[in-house]
Amino acid sequence: MSQHHNQPGFTDQSLIRNFCIIAHIDHGKSTVADRILQLSGIVPEREMRDRFLDRMDIEQERGITIKSQAVRVPWTYDGQEYTLGMIDTPGHVDFTYEVSRALAACEGAVLLVDATQGIEAQTLSNLYMAIDHDLTIIPVLNKIDLPSAETDKHAEEIAGLIGCDPSDVLRVSGKTGEGVRDLLDRIVVDVPAPSGDPDADARALIFDSVYDSYRGIVTYIRMVDGELRSREKLHMMGVGTTYDPIEIGVISPDMMPTRALGAGEVGYVITGAKDVSQSKVGDTITSAAHPAHEPLAGYRDPQPMVYAGLFPIDNAQFPELREALDKLKLNDAALVYEPETSVALGFGFRCGFLGLLHMEIVSERLSREFGLDLISTAPNVPYEVTSEDGTVHRVTNPSEFPEGKIKRIVEPVVAADIITPKEFIGAVMELCQDHRGVMGTMEYISTDRVEMHYRIPLAEIVFDFFDQLKSRTKGYASLDYHEDGEQAADLVKVDILIQGDKVDAFSAIVHRDKAYSYGVMMTKKLRELIPRQQFEIPIQAAIGSRIIARENIRALRKDVLAKCYGGDITRKRKLLEKQKAGKKRMKMLGHVEVPQEAFVAALSTGETGSDRDTKDKIRAAQKTEG
Amino acid sequence: MSYEVYIHVPFCLRRCGYCDFNTYTAHDLGGGASRAGYAAAAVEEMRLLRRWQREQGIDEPAVSTVFFGGGTPTVLPVKDLVTILDAVRGLWGIEEGAEVTTEANPDTVDADAIRALADGGFTRISFGMQSAVPHVLRTLDRTHTPANVADGVAAARAAGLRASVDLIYGAPGESLDDWRTSVETALGLGVDHLSAYALTVEPHTKMGRLIAAGRLSRPDDDDEAAKYEIVDDMCRAAGLEWYEISNWAVPGHESRHNLGYWRNADWAGVGPGAHSHYTLPAASGTDGARSLRAWDVLHPRAWAQRIAQGDVPWGGHEVVSAHEDLEERVMLGVRLREGLDIDEIERLTARDLGAVVRELEHEGLATRVHAAGGARLVATRRGRLLNDAVIERIFDELP
Repeated sequence: MSQHHNQPGFTDQSLIRNFCIIAHIDHGKSTVADRILQLSGIVPEREMRDRFLDRMDIEQERGITIKSQAVRVPWTYDGQEYTLGMIDTPGHVDFTYEVSRALAACEGAVLLVDATQGIEAQTLSNLYMAIDHDLTIIPVLNKIDLPSAETDKHAEEIAGLIGCDPSDVLRVSGKTGEGVRDLLDRIVVDVPAPSGDPDADARALIFDSVYDSYRGIVTYIRMVDGELRSREKLHMMGVGTTYDPIEIGVISPDMMPTRALGAGEVGYVITGAKDVSQSKVGDTITSAAHPAHEPLAGYRDPQPMVYAGLFPIDNAQFPELREALDKLKLNDAALVYEPETSVALGFGFRCGFLGLLHMEIVSERLSREFGLDLISTAPNVPYEVTSEDGTVHRVTNPSEFPEGKIKRIVEPVVAADIITPKEFIGAVMELCQDHRGVMGTMEYISTDRVEMHYRIPLAEIVFDFFDQLKSRTKGYASLDYHEDGEQAADLVKVDILIQGDKVDAFSAIVHRDKAYSYGVMMTKKLRELIPRQQFEIPIQAAIGSRIIARENIRALRKDVLAKCYGGDITRKRKLLEKQKAGKKRMKMLGHVEVPQEAFVAALSTGETGSDRDTKDKIRAAQKTEG
Repeated sequence: MSYEVYIHVPFCLRRCGYCDFNTYTAHDLGGGASRAGYAAAAVEEMRLLRRWQREQGIDEPAVSTVFFGGGTPTVLPVKDLVTILDAVRGLWGIEEGAEVTTEANPDTVDADAIRALADGGFTRISFGMQSAVPHVLRTLDRTHTPANVADGVAAARAAGLRASVDLIYGAPGESLDDWRTSVETALGLGVDHLSAYALTVEPHTKMGRLIAAGRLSRPDDDDEAAKYEIVDDMCRAAGLEWYEISNWAVPGHESRHNLGYWRNADWAGVGPGAHSHYTLPAASGTDGARSLRAWDVLHPRAWAQRIAQGDVPWGGHEVVSAHEDLEERVMLGVRLREGLDIDEIERLTARDLGAVVRELEHEGLATRVHAAGGARLVATRRGRLLNDAVIERIFDELP
């Protein structure tokens, strides 16, 4: 009955195949993964729910896998049962480091490409990373059931990229299940078995670490050498802490405790660590009793690259915001934050994120899971500002920008890779030039698609670059970027003044050439968003004491209700009471009342359409009668 | 405390595009609700109200004013209006020298009808003139001509009735000169009273939909403010003084009925959707309750059915608390030329309003006036236009 050799902790490395799936968002990775679970028989048909692996709601809705997981899947090929370790990788540019650790935990990678769309920039960059890690690549085209699939064309493109024959590119449909059996067979045949030393001192790579409200921190590991046993003290080589593990196990597809994990196996360990910063991705776990001498390569601390202030719209929610951030931090070693006070927005936190998507995900979780109503200030990258007297300031917030003469400002720069159909080359070049990009090389990856390489200041990317790239290329271009050093730049701080008073929340650090357009854009926006009041309100943009743009909100002349007879009286009284309550949602900037909604709208990078919409909402909330 | 009766007549010949009042154009709405049956139902409602008042220990004095509004009261035969007025007299009595008004559309009354109204006890007629400019009248869907109004006002004066006209400003396409023409024409009729209302666009009206669809321009606050100043200047030059934000009269010819609303008088509302207001007897004593506002069900059919069943046909009511009563005093008081009784508010709230009054004076929104009864706060013209701001500032001072 017992197949001793295939039990966790007792699996011969020659029967193990560890692989990940590299795919762009929406290219169907989760659907294919679901099919794999179903075919292997570990998830009964009736329990099969779409996208089984994506646990968090937010992931399901956005179709983004934020946190990778590892599932142990049995698969019989040619009469022999094998153990497949399927490692799910995050798909987005902000999580490059996490992707690299997931890749380091595998010997093979399934390159999954949507047959209707072809390969995208992030996929390509992850593919190159997989090739760098010496992974065996199994190229697959998905969604071949769709009428718009261009299977041959994209097979050729992929073949050109990885140097194989187009006929080697597998064709599957996650939706119908076609071709998925062949894919599993191919994994067994092509992906090399792990080759760690089962007799050496234990070394396990942490490739993911998540907080679970019932179990605490669950750490996903790939055993490289030796064996870890459930009754043995563990040692984190990078962080330097030691734990009595509460549980060691595998996921198949639920958590299953085991007595040990052996070389080549993928599983999890619950250490009892309080938050993920004590159990970091990239760290090496060894046995405390027989520690390994050298940790596995590649460990590093995550560095925030984008900063923004998060403020509760209702300042009474500040303690709840702190609590919510503390909870998210349990699961997110890259999130950093410290309290910040803004004259305009009150008490909040300055938060550091890996990138824009990371920031969006955090804000969305704060509002969705914790019910917080937040205002987020414009994203900011970290600058190094040297004053005339030689003092160096690290500026992650415009309010930290030093007064007086500036000798030098250094900003972070990224290497950006953009894949686009060739007809948009001109549009992309123009966009990149507008954003201070310097062109490197450009390659045709197929007859009609090119990959363009740019060096662009990160600050230009974090504002609205991605949206513009999508709109200028009708959604066809894709973008990937990674840090690429820093450069000196001619940047200035633009302040916005409402009735002569500086409003800290609207200050921005921008390139000198863009200062004027930022000033005009912001003053115009605010003129639309701030309701007219009894006096004229000048709105100005300034660099230091020099005014560069100005708008005026004319004084309100009339707000009276024309008719107030019998039945109007109750209605009017209720309306006035509502307006009085609405005033609590107003911020006083000097004498000027600014609705919270105006801050939200002014700080959003959205189109004018949404501005008008917000404005209407503000008007409606304030005065439904004239 | 004076006592008034308001009769709502929910019928019109046709519905105007801007109108969101409770009015219907059909002759017979079914279920016993019809123009022909309206007077009898209204009289029956008043009997039910009278009975309810007795049960509540509310003992109203003789009626000081009666007002027929709508809708268009004059789509009913004059004899029906007189029947209703007679019933008011029979149930509560009508004071000597009482003011009895009906609204009228200029094209629904002729000289005979007007004489009959005067004979039946009416003292005043208020014409829905709206504008003297044909293209503005068209935009407002009005069917009368400027000449109808002149005839009506002349007939009213000949019959010994006081006459007032209503105007609307701010209609899409109305220029400042159009507006001057309308005001000049209205004042040229020799009326002793004029009401001028900024057009209020309700979203669910035909005009509201046309504006939302971009087919008509949205009224502009600045334009309306300019037009308010025009009518205010022209009325004063013609000897009509403002006595409420939207009302001007030759001194002594104010609408006493409407003043009752702003002075928080008691009134019985009769007819579908009509509102009533009763000061609660001190003995009725739930904590802090000051007055009762109740309103009849909106649809004439439901209204007629409730009456037929012997019920006061109210669709809802609210008990106005001491705090809400204060708010009402403030928001109504600052609409009036006689102003808000500051001393009384200070007495009721035990708050000192000195600072806010000085601020409002400093900002040119109001002035403090010393009247016989004590200090009163009167809105300046700027404060009339920015009346909400004045109210909000005083609300901030209330407990």
